[in-house]
Amino acid sequence: MSVKTAARPETRTARASGPSAPKRKTTLRQRVWRERWSYTFIVPGALFFLVFAYVPMAGNVIAFQEYSPFRGIEGSPWVGFANFNAIWTDPEILQALRNTLIIAVLQLVFAFPAPIALALLLNSLLSDKVKRFVQTIVYLPHFLSWVIVISVWQQVLGGGGLVAGVLDGMGMPGFDAMTNADTFKLLVVAQGMWKDVGWGTIIFFAAIAGIPSDRYEAAAIDGATPWQRTWHITLPALVPVATLLLILNIGSILTVGFEQLLLQQPMVGAEAAQVLDTFVYFRGVLGGQWGVATAAGLLKGVIGTVLVLSANRLAKRMGGEGIF
Amino acid sequence: MMTLAKGRTGIPPWMSPPSIWVRAVKAIVIVLIVITMIYPLVYVIAMSFAAPSQARAGVVFPTEFSLDAYRAIFNGGTVTQGLLNSLFITVVGTLLSLAATSMLAWGLARTRQVPGAKAVLIMVLATMFFGAGIIPNFMLIKYLGLLDSTWSLIIPGLISAFNMIVIRNFFQGLPEELIEAARIDGAGEWRIFLQIVLPLSKPVLAVMGLFYAVGYWNTYFNALLYINDAEKWPIQVVLQQYVLAGVAIPGAVVSPDQPPPPGVTLQMAVIVLATLPILIVYPFLQRYFTSGVLTGAIKG
Repeated sequence: MSVKTAARPETRTARASGPSAPKRKTTLRQRVWRERWSYTFIVPGALFFLVFAYVPMAGNVIAFQEYSPFRGIEGSPWVGFANFNAIWTDPEILQALRNTLIIAVLQLVFAFPAPIALALLLNSLLSDKVKRFVQTIVYLPHFLSWVIVISVWQQVLGGGGLVAGVLDGMGMPGFDAMTNADTFKLLVVAQGMWKDVGWGTIIFFAAIAGIPSDRYEAAAIDGATPWQRTWHITLPALVPVATLLLILNIGSILTVGFEQLLLQQPMVGAEAAQVLDTFVYFRGVLGGQWGVATAAGLLKGVIGTVLVLSANRLAKRMGGEGIF
Repeated sequence: MMTLAKGRTGIPPWMSPPSIWVRAVKAIVIVLIVITMIYPLVYVIAMSFAAPSQARAGVVFPTEFSLDAYRAIFNGGTVTQGLLNSLFITVVGTLLSLAATSMLAWGLARTRQVPGAKAVLIMVLATMFFGAGIIPNFMLIKYLGLLDSTWSLIIPGLISAFNMIVIRNFFQGLPEELIEAARIDGAGEWRIFLQIVLPLSKPVLAVMGLFYAVGYWNTYFNALLYINDAEKWPIQVVLQQYVLAGVAIPGAVVSPDQPPPPGVTLQMAVIVLATLPILIVYPFLQRYFTSGVLTGAIKG
């Protein structure tokens, strides 16, 4: 995403080493020495990423070990792909995979288009004040933590909550949407939408703002109805952004709201609420089967990366813009 | 550059006014959305102040109020401790994150001139596409001896690659002449950074600071993973314990000779306390939505 902006030509460089200027040979050592102070900015940050991003990546080698914390990485026996083979026969992980995919597909169907619809709706409002007021409200839940979101939902939709109380008063006792395993996956999607639908509109607003208004004017003069203007002018302008978000979504298809699921698993049970990430946590950190859990996490990461790269390539082949 | 900033008051001359039906449907949908978004929060806040009798009866909106829940919670001490822990993590974490992120961003702003900077930039960008996973991170924290330390909630998330790129983009858009002039006058990189670059970058630093702060305040899973000592729990873990897991808040009484407030109001009050800081900074965050900084941030 950012590479485009990063490649912006820098005037200073053009002056110093542009193609028109006669090449003055400076050795690498001279250039490094001249910029020595720049390295005082770079080295600490680079070390940070090395230690906290790349060292843990290397730590994934325990996926190929029968790892035990007491023996450490050096002392644990190597078992090749045994942990990966174990994944395919583990009923719990297959259940987690199924839950993950179901939730991901539901999110793609309901949560993905929601911000587009909301952005179009808000954009069609004529009053600026109303528009801004609604935006203020719908952006807010994005900034609340999952613990808070679920606590609030619990107080409203849980047993003994607001809705249960109202229904009880109407002679319908026993309402509790928070512990119902059958509808749990829809609940997860609904919570995600509540939290992030407003936030998701921002990027589409930016795209809508970039549409020249004379296009609408010309269409209106030619007799296009408001619906036709939305369909033929606004929506096509949103396609590049939507494609980009879709690519990112596909890459994270195996990652569905980790904290959200972890927090609610005690209420609905593992069968409905176990996803790949929570499996890794329960089996590895709490269950002590480090090797298998790490193998599952690693496989998930690799598949996600492959998916992003393929979706990106596909988008480009179809004539659209990719992420990079 | 955003519609929300530019505004379109009134109807453009070429547009025919929408029919009454279209407007009515839109109004109803908007009102429903607003109620869905805001009523749960309003309800929780209102019930945290509800008088015990009303909380037990379960009303849609309380009419009698009391501060007992808050008194009881602050008497208990655990929630206060959680709030203080989170405050520390948020303030210290945000300051350190801003310092570390803007330093790296300035170092990587001139990839053409500085040999090796491009390689570091790519190394940082790559982390946005592949995370190491829960277990290797846990093992690293354990190896570094940071388990059960508050620093385990600050250090691993010190620099977000995404935020670094946003700040770097902003730095690259600063007026070239100013920085070049300072360089010709003999100012060193650090002096340029501290006296020219940072003061000019207040808007982007404010936005990124708020984002870091919200992130630190909302820290939950890392604390669950790394911190066993309940004394060091941030407020989110405390909230999860007392509200979702249903553990009773120890010592949460108003006074010894009075029955404790109902569990519901106590839970609601903890939720409100955990949400309050977000609600306080939200208007400031909101201000930047319109400034365009954020749009650039999201687009990267």
